[in-house]
Amino acid sequence: VYLDNERRPTLTPKLAFRVAVIGGVALVMFSIIFFRLWYLQVLSGDNYVAAARENRVREIKIEAPRGEIVDRHGVALVENRNSLSIKVTPDKLPAKRTDREEVYRRLGKLLRLNPRKMERRVERELKALPYTKPTIKQDVNPNVVAFVLERQDEFPGVEPERESLREYPHGVIGAHLFGQVGEVSPQELKDTRFSDVSAGDRVGKAGIEAEYDRFLRGRNGAARVEVDALGNLTKTLRRVQPVQGKQLRLSLDLNVQRVAQQALAGGTGRGAFAVMNVQNGEVVALGSQPSFDPNIFTKPISQKRLDALSSEALGKPLFDRAIQGGYPTGSTFKLITATAALQSGLITPSTPLSDPGSLTVGGVTFENAGHVAHGVLSLIPALTVSSDVFFYQLGRDLNAKGMPLQLWAHRLGIGRKTGIDLPAESPGLLPNPRWRDDLFKKKLTDRPWSVGDNINLSVGQGDLQADPLQMAVAYATIANGGRVLRPRLGLRIEDATGRALQELDAPTARRVKIAPETRNAILEGLHGAASAPGGTSTPVFQDFPIPIAGKTGTAEHVGKADQSWYVALAPYPNPRYVVAVTDEAGGFGADTAAPMARRILAALFDVKETGLVQGGGAPD
Amino acid sequence: MHASAATAVKDFNDESRARLFRIDPLMLLATVGLVAASVYILGSATQDDIPGDPNYFLYRQAAYAGVGLVLMLLISHFDYSRLREWKLGIYTFLMGSILLVYGLGVSARGSKRAIALPFFSFQPSELGKVLLVVSLAAFMVDRIRRLTDRETTSRMVLLAVIPAMLVIGQPDLGSGLVYLAILVAILFIAGTPWTHFVALTGLAAAAIVVVLIAAPAAGVEVLKPYQKDRLTAFLSPGENQGKEAYQINQSLTAIGSGGKTGRGDEATQTKLDFLPEHHTDFVFSVVGEEFGFVGAALVLSLFALLIWRALRTLTIAKNFYGALVAGGITAMLMFQVFVNVGMTIGIMPITGIPLPLVSYGGSSVITTLMAIGLLQSIHAQARETAAVKRL
Repeated sequence: VYLDNERRPTLTPKLAFRVAVIGGVALVMFSIIFFRLWYLQVLSGDNYVAAARENRVREIKIEAPRGEIVDRHGVALVENRNSLSIKVTPDKLPAKRTDREEVYRRLGKLLRLNPRKMERRVERELKALPYTKPTIKQDVNPNVVAFVLERQDEFPGVEPERESLREYPHGVIGAHLFGQVGEVSPQELKDTRFSDVSAGDRVGKAGIEAEYDRFLRGRNGAARVEVDALGNLTKTLRRVQPVQGKQLRLSLDLNVQRVAQQALAGGTGRGAFAVMNVQNGEVVALGSQPSFDPNIFTKPISQKRLDALSSEALGKPLFDRAIQGGYPTGSTFKLITATAALQSGLITPSTPLSDPGSLTVGGVTFENAGHVAHGVLSLIPALTVSSDVFFYQLGRDLNAKGMPLQLWAHRLGIGRKTGIDLPAESPGLLPNPRWRDDLFKKKLTDRPWSVGDNINLSVGQGDLQADPLQMAVAYATIANGGRVLRPRLGLRIEDATGRALQELDAPTARRVKIAPETRNAILEGLHGAASAPGGTSTPVFQDFPIPIAGKTGTAEHVGKADQSWYVALAPYPNPRYVVAVTDEAGGFGADTAAPMARRILAALFDVKETGLVQGGGAPD
Repeated sequence: MHASAATAVKDFNDESRARLFRIDPLMLLATVGLVAASVYILGSATQDDIPGDPNYFLYRQAAYAGVGLVLMLLISHFDYSRLREWKLGIYTFLMGSILLVYGLGVSARGSKRAIALPFFSFQPSELGKVLLVVSLAAFMVDRIRRLTDRETTSRMVLLAVIPAMLVIGQPDLGSGLVYLAILVAILFIAGTPWTHFVALTGLAAAAIVVVLIAAPAAGVEVLKPYQKDRLTAFLSPGENQGKEAYQINQSLTAIGSGGKTGRGDEATQTKLDFLPEHHTDFVFSVVGEEFGFVGAALVLSLFALLIWRALRTLTIAKNFYGALVAGGITAMLMFQVFVNVGMTIGIMPITGIPLPLVSYGGSSVITTLMAIGLLQSIHAQARETAAVKRL
């Protein structure tokens, strides 16, 4: 210890010790720092290089446009349109709740949306799919987008994004077939079908879009960009261009489809049709009326408008009657009854049966429509004049062991899905003893199966539920001699210029044994019905240049107008196409459905019609 | 005395050359090396910070370093012992300038630390570090016969804690802690008994408990919330997602990604602004990222050299005052280096302490160079005294 400041201090042992302590502290600290640096830089340096990379490199998805859908002649049915949508980037939104609400309030004012609802929806979407950018509004006016871009300080985290939306140039034509495109749902993401899809991608949700999604969906591109700490882009490192989805060519013929929809719209406005090639199952036209404009679904749609599209009063435009409408088919079912009777050996084409105008079974009298009596006749004239009593007797006699009528109806595709390449098909209903007896046991109906049920079924009345496509398949099976075709819309996959990449194979058809005599007799009967004197649709088709075989049908509904049906095979005797049409309240088959079928056939065979044909003919 | 004018001039020149020779060349080497490193690092790290003016920080730091080096050389020619007589003035100036900040200070990022001068904003708490060393050591020398008294220790604690608290209140927690480190070093070198240190440690612990736990519980917040966050964030950077944890993580990423030899121009943590405060408090992270382990080790070695030479100067000081001043300055340098570097590598809390000589900032650079000037003066005076004795 120094006694005087000015005396030369000697390094006392105490001071030396204390200086050594300070030196020791310095040594220890330097060692710790060196070891820590060694650990950080030399031992774990690679991890931190990766972390630094993760910091600066962002992947930005570039959405691939979907492939277009064209008709059999290459006419575009579903196209793409560029649009701008407003999205939010969650991690760029203000962290403070009140600030965030302010952003939503401004957005709400700009986009005319409820800010509260908007915020709740964004939060819900983020909960389901974290790390995505929820869409606030699609298809936004470019002026609105410019407004947001110019005021990014007022709209932090709000970003426009270019999106390719579907466009349907022909509006209501074919609307039921295409289905919609939408963001993939969390459930779908778990499905292996969507293994190469990531959250936020848009996929086909229904119809053709869903069925052929894997072709139509493109491969998204990506831009690898470098960003700074504020998320500003500093440079693009790599860009993988998106690859547009492949083009899908349908067997549909836009012209036939349009004519058919117009023909149906000219009736009571509620009905459906199916036009199919009887040899290969290619669907040329398939539609339901009333229809809707699918373009409305590419924009946000109000619940009110959506409800209207499903409302009974407007005829449920969204409902696809062609593959979901379960109807009794009226006399068009007689082709199936005839097949069952001939193939089961109940009758031959020449077996005479008497038609005195009515048949009484078990105390119930079944009458011909229009109270006519056709006298004694065999199958061919019975089909031509559509004798109900003739078929009542077949129905009565087919209500036997093995239920041959149900067996053959089932073989021909009634009460089961046709297997068309559309997801929303319904099977309909083929009444049989077990079905009704089960209902009766459950007390859902007042009586068990009786022979009367089979008599009703033999002429397509009662509980039967079938749709135009199912009838088309059944008629095609007779026409082609026993191949139950699976209808299909998808023809081939092609590139954007229309060059084929992959022909879609025609699905294999089920085979049923149908004797040529059976086929010929039935076709002859149906040809007579459209051409012979007394034929139910002869008045409609007598001057039509293409020979056809066609059957009218009138399905009765309790307390409602009759439903009009017509199924035609053309050209006779070696048909290429089947046309099945129904109008829910069109009266006798010959009144409305047959003239509609004629208009469709005219379009199909390029027949120049000079005027509209009036309906009319014998009751069936 | 018959010395002619010519001889006088010759003597003066000799003496001047001799005095220049008496400063510590190794210390000078470390100092100039660190200053050069600072200018070089800032030059590359701040290229994109101010759009259109890529060399803004480079030129300014070079100017501060120039002014500081001149001051350092001037001070090293001056006998530091004279400062003892001015202790009251110095201490008054220290307190006055700190209080002035409360009145006239300009705000920067929520705290008032600086006074705006025509050419740069002057930060009294930085200059205060040297002023405190000089005056505190002088007060200690006054009680040279009662160094181990409890009253001596109490007085010294009071003299240092009052400015420290005022600075922490600005709020400048880092400088306040440096003041306390200076106090401890001067007491330690003066020979204050261990028992006093034990008692002081107890008091400090009690104060921390009061500030961090008891006072908030009673509804009085002594530290600002961000200061508390900073002090505790380094304990768990992973789970703490606040701004402090972000800074630490970015700093670790920067240093770690530097690897053995650095990323040079690919130093994206710095260049893309992920590393906050990369020209001031986190400049060491820039060194780590751009120049890797090699660069960081080189800078640390220069600091080690500087601290070694400072400690050596302490041991040869010609008087007690010199030893105390050298001890205070050594503590000031050591504390700042360890806390700053420790903060960037995640082993110390974020306290806002610059890396001496390397971090950008006029007040800090000039103050540190002045402090090194004092060390050189102590060294030169000791050599001169030894030379006189030999004669």
